[in-house]
Amino acid sequence: MFAEIGQFALILALFVAAAQAVLPMAGAVRGDAALMAFGRSAAELQALLLLTAFAMLMICFGRADFSVALVADHAALDQPLPYRLAATWGSHEGSMLLWVLILALYGAGLARFGDNLRASLQARVLSVQAMISVAFLAFSILTSNPFARLDPAPPDGAELNPLLQDPGLVFHPPLLYLGYVGFSVAFSFAVAALLEGRADAAWARWVRPWVLAAWVPLTCGITLGSFWAYYELGWGGWWFWDPVENASLMPWLLGTALLHSAIVTEKRGSLAGWTILLAILTFSLSLIGTFLVRSGILTSVHAFAVDPTRGVFILAMIVGATGSALALFALRAPQLKSGAMFGAVSREAGLTINNLLLMAVTAVVFLGTFYPVVMEAVGKKISVGPPYYNLVFTPLAVPLLLMVTVGPLLAWKRDSLGVLARKLRLPALLAVVVGGGIAFAAGPVTAAAVVGFTTAFWLILGGVMIFARRWTGAGGFSWRLVRTTPVAVIGMALAHSGLGVTTAGVTAMSCFAASKILVMRPGETTSLGPMSVTLARVHELEGVNYQALAAEFSVREGSRIIHLQSSRRFYPVSRNQTTEAGIGTSLFGNSYIAIGDTQQGPGGDGLVVRIYRHPLAGWIWFGGLLMALGGAASLADRRFRIGAPALRPAASPSAVPAE
Amino acid sequence: MKRLLFLLPVLAFVGLIAIFGVGLTKDPKELPSMLIDKPMPQFALPGIEAGGGFATAALRGQPALVNVFASWCAACPQEHPVLTRIAGEGYPVFGIAWKDQPADARDWLARLGNPYKAIASDLSGRVAIDLGVTGAPETFVTDKAGRVRYKIVGPISPEAWEGEIKPLMDRLRAEA
Repeated sequence: MFAEIGQFALILALFVAAAQAVLPMAGAVRGDAALMAFGRSAAELQALLLLTAFAMLMICFGRADFSVALVADHAALDQPLPYRLAATWGSHEGSMLLWVLILALYGAGLARFGDNLRASLQARVLSVQAMISVAFLAFSILTSNPFARLDPAPPDGAELNPLLQDPGLVFHPPLLYLGYVGFSVAFSFAVAALLEGRADAAWARWVRPWVLAAWVPLTCGITLGSFWAYYELGWGGWWFWDPVENASLMPWLLGTALLHSAIVTEKRGSLAGWTILLAILTFSLSLIGTFLVRSGILTSVHAFAVDPTRGVFILAMIVGATGSALALFALRAPQLKSGAMFGAVSREAGLTINNLLLMAVTAVVFLGTFYPVVMEAVGKKISVGPPYYNLVFTPLAVPLLLMVTVGPLLAWKRDSLGVLARKLRLPALLAVVVGGGIAFAAGPVTAAAVVGFTTAFWLILGGVMIFARRWTGAGGFSWRLVRTTPVAVIGMALAHSGLGVTTAGVTAMSCFAASKILVMRPGETTSLGPMSVTLARVHELEGVNYQALAAEFSVREGSRIIHLQSSRRFYPVSRNQTTEAGIGTSLFGNSYIAIGDTQQGPGGDGLVVRIYRHPLAGWIWFGGLLMALGGAASLADRRFRIGAPALRPAASPSAVPAE
Repeated sequence: MKRLLFLLPVLAFVGLIAIFGVGLTKDPKELPSMLIDKPMPQFALPGIEAGGGFATAALRGQPALVNVFASWCAACPQEHPVLTRIAGEGYPVFGIAWKDQPADARDWLARLGNPYKAIASDLSGRVAIDLGVTGAPETFVTDKAGRVRYKIVGPISPEAWEGEIKPLMDRLRAEA
């Protein structure tokens, strides 16, 4: 019965969305306030219906109702309840339902918190939002129905892939979806602005919090995904340039560009066309990201069930959404009023360069991800791997990162290189000395390490300088300025230095990570760098729904001894194996031990053991969290919640450097 | 001019979609061999019984099939009747017993029959690595010059033999 309620709710949501796609838009065109208001109630109703549908599916999973095909395929009786519930979105159909649910929730959010929006703009945004809903609800109902029944119902189900039975999975997909889907709001705003022919500072001020609301969870989601891969897959890597990883990185890169170009549009009224284009592209890349892997166009370790009929539907949706938005852009954008001019050396110009670099980096990732598809279209099969990205990504990323610290020090409208050079002289020297020093201290010095650490420290210093600049007015340092620091400024400093922390981690991991594979027997000791690892004992473990072989290690580094347990789990229901690496964490790096099969060694049977030393590994994810925290702080800034005045003198120079 | 600039995104997008459209028609799981149109890697292997075995040179002179099999392989018995039929139709089939104890391979063939013109025993799996074998069974089609022309991953079905491989073998026979 729960499944049927869910099914009805899903279908009803489709009808509501269809009405919401048409009526408010018509209202906006004809100036009919009642029709426009309908959009708000429809958006809330749609969210309510989808919440119901999702709750029903979750109940089916919770009750282990194997007469629902999806449950039978992804849950088993001896699976712990939290993972059975998390399996709700662990499958293609379930994750689609989560997708439309989040889409509807953002729509409801627009309806609820968009009171300060121009009514006609809000109505149009809600209509565009509903058009996306209609497409995805139809996709869900017609090609991937989560509530399909199975008759006869099996006594027990097939379990969720054990790799996914992990706390990481519980949060990773919903966070990513919050990000991907969140960019739909920016997309809807962009399309609505093109339809209205108005994209001014007020418009940008409305868009920006929504972009942030998507960017923050996306940042968390990518960070968590990378961390999950690191500890769960058991090979000690944190980023693999897999198509699906790239698919999440591309919207993040463009979303970052969008955040910054929206600032220019908001503060100065310029770059409106560019901001609109970025909004369209960011969401388009999110669509491509969520869906291309399900279409069978690309293969990936993340692949869901591949089905070409779904692929055609998905392609049609991408064509519909992106194609019509870009066509509208070609038609309408040339008429948009462009804002104030700015000098070649100015905050605006700095942000433009940052945008162009982000765009170039995205293009590089895009090319790497889709080049195999292009080549296949002409009959060749190739794959693009890390060497390509190392070669092309890094040279673009370094100038981009260097610019991050420069940008906030530039004045709006016009600045001079001389002034800038004076401001940057000391920090640059400091960064080179500290960065080079770290690289020298860390080991065999390479150009990559020096550049990496210098860039990292430069970024962290950039965060500090934002505060220093904010806190010293014409009369020097003042507590009043410290107390009145806008949260958004703290957010920017956090995000920029977070990027530096991540850069430091990436540099250390790329230049100084060490590993060793060997066969060990209990009692044996081996060393890797300053680490000395002893295999204490090997024993069997019994989990809730798995059996495991566990190995206890003691790791000594200097005077510090830690005990690590590394295990290999076997899940009998799905006949899958997973590795649980033993990871010893510290501020300066991790020791990481994974075990493999039993193998004959020189002195009898032993365990294959892989030992890694990962300097600063944790910094990669900690930096990601800092960036997300920065975004969240920026989102909390109360200036966003105050409606922008309808007529804002676009060229008023701000007395205090606000961002 | 400015209008053209704004048209650029949508034009690029149309091109991209065309490529995706083509990509959708392809099977992402298909794995082409790196060896296509390259000479078969050199090897000289012993047989599964004394005096057997063959070297790469034996493949020259006529188009042939080189079938990688093993007694432990689950799909090989399914493919076996097709190989017997192919050999019966007069096309030479060479076998490589992959990581298989010669005694096991002999028992297996004694039970099912031996369609192979010659069998090489790749006990260490070294040659299979050179051939880029991903699993058993796998079959290579070589031409008169001993070059690899086609590779079949998994068991050969009667339909695949009739529809693709046999016509290819006939074409290769007709080649100079």
